[in-house]
Amino acid sequence: MTHIAKPRVFHPGLEKNEIGLTQRDYEGVVSTLCAGCGHDSVTGALVEAAWELALPTHRVAKMSGIGCSSKTTAYFMSQSHGFNSVHGRMPSVASGANAANRDLVYIGVSGDGDSLSIGLGQLCHAMRRNLNLLYLIENNGVYGLTKGQFSASADVGAKSKRGVPNEQPPIDPVLLALSLGATFAARGFSGDRKQLVPIIKAGIRHPGLALVDVISPCVTFNDHVGSTKSYAYTRERFRTAVEAAFLEPKDFVPSADEITAELEPGGVRDVRMHDGSFVRFRQTGDDYDPTDRDGVYSYVRERVEAGEVPTGLLFIDPESRDLHEVLGTVERPLVDIPFTELCPGAEALDSVMESYR
Amino acid sequence: MATRANDFALKIGTVNGTGSASANGLLMQSIFRMGVPVSGKNVFPSNIQGLPTWYEIRVNAAGHVARTRRFDLVVAMNPETYARDIGELATGGWLLYDSSWPLARELKRSDVNFVGVPFAEMCVKRFKGGRKRILMKNIVCTGVVAALLGIDFEIIRTLLEETFGEKKRHLLEANFTAIDLGFDYAAQRFDCPLPIRIEAMEANRDSVLIDGNTAAALGCIYAGATVAAWYPITPSTSLIEAFTAYCHRLRVDEASGKLKVAIIQAEDELASAGMVVGAGWAGARAFTSTSGAGISLMTEFIGLAYYAEVPCVFFDIERVGPSTGMPTRTQQGDILMCAYASHGDTKHICLYPKDPAECFDFAVRAFDLAERFQTPVFVLSDLDIGMNDWVIPRLRWEDGYRPDRGKVLDAAALEGMDAFYRFMDVDGDGIPYRTLPGVHPKGAYFTRGSGHDKYGKYTEDEEEYQEVLDRIAVKIDGAADAVPAPEIRLHPDAGYGLVTIGGCDGGVREAIERFAEEGVHFDYMRIRGFPFSEEVAKFIEAREVNIVVEQNRDAQLLSLLALEAGVDKGRLVSVRRYGGLPLSASGVMDSVRELLGLPAGAAPAGIAEDSKGPAEETPSGAPDSVEVGA
Repeated sequence: MTHIAKPRVFHPGLEKNEIGLTQRDYEGVVSTLCAGCGHDSVTGALVEAAWELALPTHRVAKMSGIGCSSKTTAYFMSQSHGFNSVHGRMPSVASGANAANRDLVYIGVSGDGDSLSIGLGQLCHAMRRNLNLLYLIENNGVYGLTKGQFSASADVGAKSKRGVPNEQPPIDPVLLALSLGATFAARGFSGDRKQLVPIIKAGIRHPGLALVDVISPCVTFNDHVGSTKSYAYTRERFRTAVEAAFLEPKDFVPSADEITAELEPGGVRDVRMHDGSFVRFRQTGDDYDPTDRDGVYSYVRERVEAGEVPTGLLFIDPESRDLHEVLGTVERPLVDIPFTELCPGAEALDSVMESYR
Repeated sequence: MATRANDFALKIGTVNGTGSASANGLLMQSIFRMGVPVSGKNVFPSNIQGLPTWYEIRVNAAGHVARTRRFDLVVAMNPETYARDIGELATGGWLLYDSSWPLARELKRSDVNFVGVPFAEMCVKRFKGGRKRILMKNIVCTGVVAALLGIDFEIIRTLLEETFGEKKRHLLEANFTAIDLGFDYAAQRFDCPLPIRIEAMEANRDSVLIDGNTAAALGCIYAGATVAAWYPITPSTSLIEAFTAYCHRLRVDEASGKLKVAIIQAEDELASAGMVVGAGWAGARAFTSTSGAGISLMTEFIGLAYYAEVPCVFFDIERVGPSTGMPTRTQQGDILMCAYASHGDTKHICLYPKDPAECFDFAVRAFDLAERFQTPVFVLSDLDIGMNDWVIPRLRWEDGYRPDRGKVLDAAALEGMDAFYRFMDVDGDGIPYRTLPGVHPKGAYFTRGSGHDKYGKYTEDEEEYQEVLDRIAVKIDGAADAVPAPEIRLHPDAGYGLVTIGGCDGGVREAIERFAEEGVHFDYMRIRGFPFSEEVAKFIEAREVNIVVEQNRDAQLLSLLALEAGVDKGRLVSVRRYGGLPLSASGVMDSVRELLGLPAGAAPAGIAEDSKGPAEETPSGAPDSVEVGA
């Protein structure tokens, strides 16, 4: 693998966001993934979302574990700190970083091997902890770097490149998230950036762990006939449960038909986020309430059983309380508190010592 | 027997879950308040209720704190362990037992005094309810022991008042009743106090009675640690519990009432290590507290922190291994593991405190070293230091202390730089500059556990890889002079060196004093940090025979010295005690005598440790008990 910086030559006509940055400013080094890899599209969606949100790049921390997916944190936002940690352990590293500095935007990128096998425990507990983290799983059903073994998200009957069927039931990260009490669960497809970008934006703004499962086909080991994570299969079975748009406070105009048309196709429902922004849900054809955990669970299960890939910003808990709220830590990031405010001083120690006399 | 004040040992054998811990603490604390040097060892089972548990108290005017193997007074409250408890009595000692039931004849020894008190009967008569009778039996017993040893009764009453106070008035009354019951019973029937007794001193005027885990927790607070991640494991849990309790007292933001600390109970030790690494990377002083079994699980992250150069602190409160081992027994079995934890070439800074005072001090130093050298630092305490109460000089704080954050570039420094490279050695000490996320766009870099060059870029090039790894070796070697220096005590007539580590200090130094009485002298060196400094090698090289005393089977400290101090292994011989109990001076002396071919010494004055019991069988027809002054 190489490390190739992209040439810093900008087209003068590139559009700038409100902090004066172009999308190029949100890019990273040249990807070394296979041509056509779904992960590169997810990287593109991340760049677009971060640019649209006008994130100051140095205020973002990119966290990952090990695997093809985890390499992608190098391929966006070169001006952000990145931490490519160990296999399956990104959630704990992100938890510690977030505990130390709650003011950064944490973007975690993982894969189905990293999150659903070796790191399943860490994923589950990170969701319970509800740290403020965008948790993207680039889900392709196989291990890429070790050349094509099934992962824990592979469907029963899905065939490997050699034609061997998978016999073990898959772990669906969205259903897992819903059952564990996660406060944000979504599924996207690397082939549908239009759907994915608003999900990522909402996930970044969500005060808690936003789990986004992205079907991101592996062109080398899992894009053949018989695969259930291929481009063709996903396009064919793709079903949008609910459409979501992300609206900044300044762009928000209350929808006139908000209340009356909640269950009608095309009806709109706005969910207010913690920071004043909104997610506008537009019904597709299904009777769908993205704030009803049990309803969403049943819907996703039914659609998966029916052989479909239900997608969209599937669930959001507007009452999410993140790690710091639960721990009761101060608003100021712990790393910003001067030592003199942390050390209780000699007098306090003297008084403590009195209780050991 | 002649009066022997302030120089004896007693042992209390009870059943765990019966409230004996508070009764034992009461006894210990009252002796401490009488100004007499005292040490307590809790020998407890890995269990909540129903198994045998012991508490050993050593009173020693000279301040010796090591465990003894023989006891002058044994309080036998657990029939299940009568035989063993009676067997550990020194000749001429006293056995206090519950005479509500007769003692089996085969347990009798003619060389000791049996003191029977019908504890169960007394409690049944005086208290209602099974649970209360069980709990109060221990307090009645404390009353009897207080009378037998001449403990100031007012001090005991004051301690009870401090414990229960106005809020638990009913409990206080019950405790008063129980303690009076025992005290009066003994005072009326026995010739109190016994020849072994407590006489008030002024030795503790500037001391505290505290355990190492609490002291370490206070050290973390004073060092400015803001993130703690942990998973419950004996014997380290009380460190985090103390940290949590004191943070709720000392780390609360006055305006908001919120905490200036994040304490996270993780799902396992892998995650707690990961959190500490993440927090250290983000710029916090972060630590975890665990035991050897936890370190085993954390080694993956320890390797990452070493290679990615992330400061973080690990407290290893050692217990008996391997595997689950004996979770409530003490050992020094993690010396080698911590020195080299993780795969590949890794080596770590380790600190080895000997008591709670050093736990406090080394906790603060650990954070300074971790940040200065940008690497994991281990503080290796153990169950004996961590969970037992020790008399130490009261902990003090120097308000002029400022943390050593090491080479961290702030926004202003970054602004003025053309380019920042994370792993470049710019001044020859092997320590690169680091930046914290969120500070400045120019400070951004990519942290990884995969091969990287000095610029921080991924590499698979052999030279680029080796350049970074070699620099890290230089960096860690450089810590040898920054870790606490060895404690060295020389004797002009010494023929041998005695080298030890951590909590062995008390036992080894007492052994040296007692050997001195026999005219055999030793130089003493206690290792306090790794990598080893020049002083360590000099001490060893200057002596033909260095006896290395430690608490593990495989002579881990000796091996580490042989590997890392650059000394001739032939100069090192080993003494090892690793059965799980704190080291005793007599244990050290036995082994040293054997090694050096020294003759068995005269029984030292005071401690009757070398006496052998039980003596000959009690003749049939002997009275049930030989009561004193009845």
